[in-house]
Amino acid sequence: MTVEGNETRKEMILNMGPQHPATHGVLRLLLHLEGEVVKKTIPIIGYLHRGVEKLGENRTYLQNIVFTDRLDYTAAMCNNLSYSLAVEKLCGIEVPERATVIRVIMAELQRIAAHLLWLGTYALDIGAMSVFFYCFREREKILDMFEMVSGQRLTPSYICIGGVRRDITDKFLEHLKVFCDTFNDYVRDYENLLTKNPIWVERLRDVAVLPAEDAINWGTTGPVLRASGVKFDFRRATPYCGYENYEFDIPTGTKGDCYDRYLVRIEEMRQSIRILKQAMKNIPDGPIMADVPFITLPPKEQVMNNIEALIKHFKIASGAFQIPKGEVYSSIENPKGELGFYIVSDGSAKPYRMRIKSSCFVNLSALPFMTQGCLVADLIAALGSIDIVLGEVDR
Amino acid sequence: MGIEKNLANLGIVTTCLDKLLNWARKNSLWPMTFGLACCALEMMVTVSARHDIARFGAEVYRGSPRQADLLIVPGTLTKKMLPMVLRLYEQMPEPKWVIAYGNCACTGGVFRSYNVVQGIDQYIPVDVYMAGCPPKPETLLTAIMMLRDKIDKESLKNRG
Amino acid sequence: MNQQEIINRIQEKASSLVTGTSQGIDCPVVMVDKQHLIEFMKFLKEDEMLSFDLISDVTAVDYPGRTPRFDVVYHIFSIKNGQRIRVKVPVGDGEGVESVTCVWRGAEWLEREVYDMFGVTFYNHPDLRRILMEEDFKYHPLRKDFPLEGIEE
Repeated sequence: MTVEGNETRKEMILNMGPQHPATHGVLRLLLHLEGEVVKKTIPIIGYLHRGVEKLGENRTYLQNIVFTDRLDYTAAMCNNLSYSLAVEKLCGIEVPERATVIRVIMAELQRIAAHLLWLGTYALDIGAMSVFFYCFREREKILDMFEMVSGQRLTPSYICIGGVRRDITDKFLEHLKVFCDTFNDYVRDYENLLTKNPIWVERLRDVAVLPAEDAINWGTTGPVLRASGVKFDFRRATPYCGYENYEFDIPTGTKGDCYDRYLVRIEEMRQSIRILKQAMKNIPDGPIMADVPFITLPPKEQVMNNIEALIKHFKIASGAFQIPKGEVYSSIENPKGELGFYIVSDGSAKPYRMRIKSSCFVNLSALPFMTQGCLVADLIAALGSIDIVLGEVDR
Repeated sequence: MGIEKNLANLGIVTTCLDKLLNWARKNSLWPMTFGLACCALEMMVTVSARHDIARFGAEVYRGSPRQADLLIVPGTLTKKMLPMVLRLYEQMPEPKWVIAYGNCACTGGVFRSYNVVQGIDQYIPVDVYMAGCPPKPETLLTAIMMLRDKIDKESLKNRG
Repeated sequence: MNQQEIINRIQEKASSLVTGTSQGIDCPVVMVDKQHLIEFMKFLKEDEMLSFDLISDVTAVDYPGRTPRFDVVYHIFSIKNGQRIRVKVPVGDGEGVESVTCVWRGAEWLEREVYDMFGVTFYNHPDLRRILMEEDFKYHPLRKDFPLEGIEE
């Protein structure tokens, strides 16, 4: 309590969450407020801690793919990709070219879907409700395409160790072509609604500024880092899946405020369409799964008709095969930032340690720093702009 | 059909109180904004234009449990979150219903670990179970329709 | 810079601080003792050739049959060089290690998680308390002797 002149100010502690429409999941924030001004923010997490790392130590490498879907559940394909790349690096498996290009297509489609979801819910938080409906309309087209290849919209478990599960069809490619041709018009529509909208600019400009030096010091990655002016993307710095062969720009911001983070994500959607168009032109023929005896499942048609394939399928699925001893850390550029897997293998069928490095976890830790001295409404804008998903924060 | 036609002209409808209340309740189920994990995304999609939960009168998601009468539990319930869910359930006024949406809410799902509650029905009564991981938005609409059928069969003397 | 060049630079400038270096599948691995940790981390960040400025991850691995029991593992990335390094520090059960938050602020929550999941203490940490489990949770879940389905209380 402080006394200034004839007024006395008292600090109030306000609890926000874990059930709250604007916390994007089960996040709890303890706010130390002086009036409307936030003096201190204390995020409390762990309400969705499902013990995925411990479960990873008790399940085979193949079974763990299912858990990776459910981490950042808005970007399941990318999570599958990160895990698969880590295990492939550990075992020295080389993925066929067709599967690599399909992986890039799925990863970029997933990036667009994740950013659309972010934009819809973020606009809803700020108060622009119509954008929510428009973004979800486009996202449905992407989810339909995922359902075509994997049978699932949200948790496809499609990209697996050694390649991808099923081949893409001509119908999928037709839908993809139509999507790529029309999507930039939709992005232009969203920009017309929001980018120069005075309310949007007023709510987002100069809110929760994170300068470049602090962004690096806090370990932030992804659009949060790029909006602060650091031109860094893991697809360029440590290329995987042939990203060095695609032409795309890395959008960056200048100030590191919420408005820059919004602009960076909008531009990333456009760049993803650019990559998709390039990938679609050159899909090579060939197998979609590497032929590695101890970890990649044989195709379903063979399993149903051939006894050796059936025995092999049974052995792999029940964990009879072991993979080489060693450790590896492999990370990719997820829509939210760097998703890394540190896998320690002791030579058995289950990982000895499966560590998941989550970008949302580290980005969220910078929230108290970013929001010191801002208003409560600005805090909502800042929280939304970091784009967290509690499944990845808590694992 | 004769007598009903005459009564309709006079502007009088006859029914019994149970049926009237059930009709009102089932056509205006107001859920609470409560999303735990992945299934919450499919629940949000049900609000969007393609699946349109507004057809069932249920697009009015209330932020406060005091104004809601339907608790859809989408996602994994952890032991850390359990006291909050119980408190929210207690704060909801009667009549209230619960839909367990998704494998994790029904039985704990794939997560058989130290911090996950293996099914919310261990702590709160559930009216409709919807399996899936995550179930499609059409499944939520089916759940709402099953709940409407269940509400139809309720009576005042049991529910209050 | 490739893995060998990084190892050569470390051998050249900071060989007294490390106990071992090797090339891993994906990045060079350096073993460091607890007492030299902060000095070595500051060297990694401030050396103009290495410039490891982005903290990727802090975690631990439990080897219950071994003394010291834990390996605290740091993954740090250099934006300038596009290379990663893995630093491992052996820590015994009940012991602790200096917090690297004075070098990279981003390690704050990562170290809290290691404390929560393994029970490794970090000295001079700004706010060392549990992060994922409840404050009064008695155990450390990622230790190998903690059962997957938990302990009934």
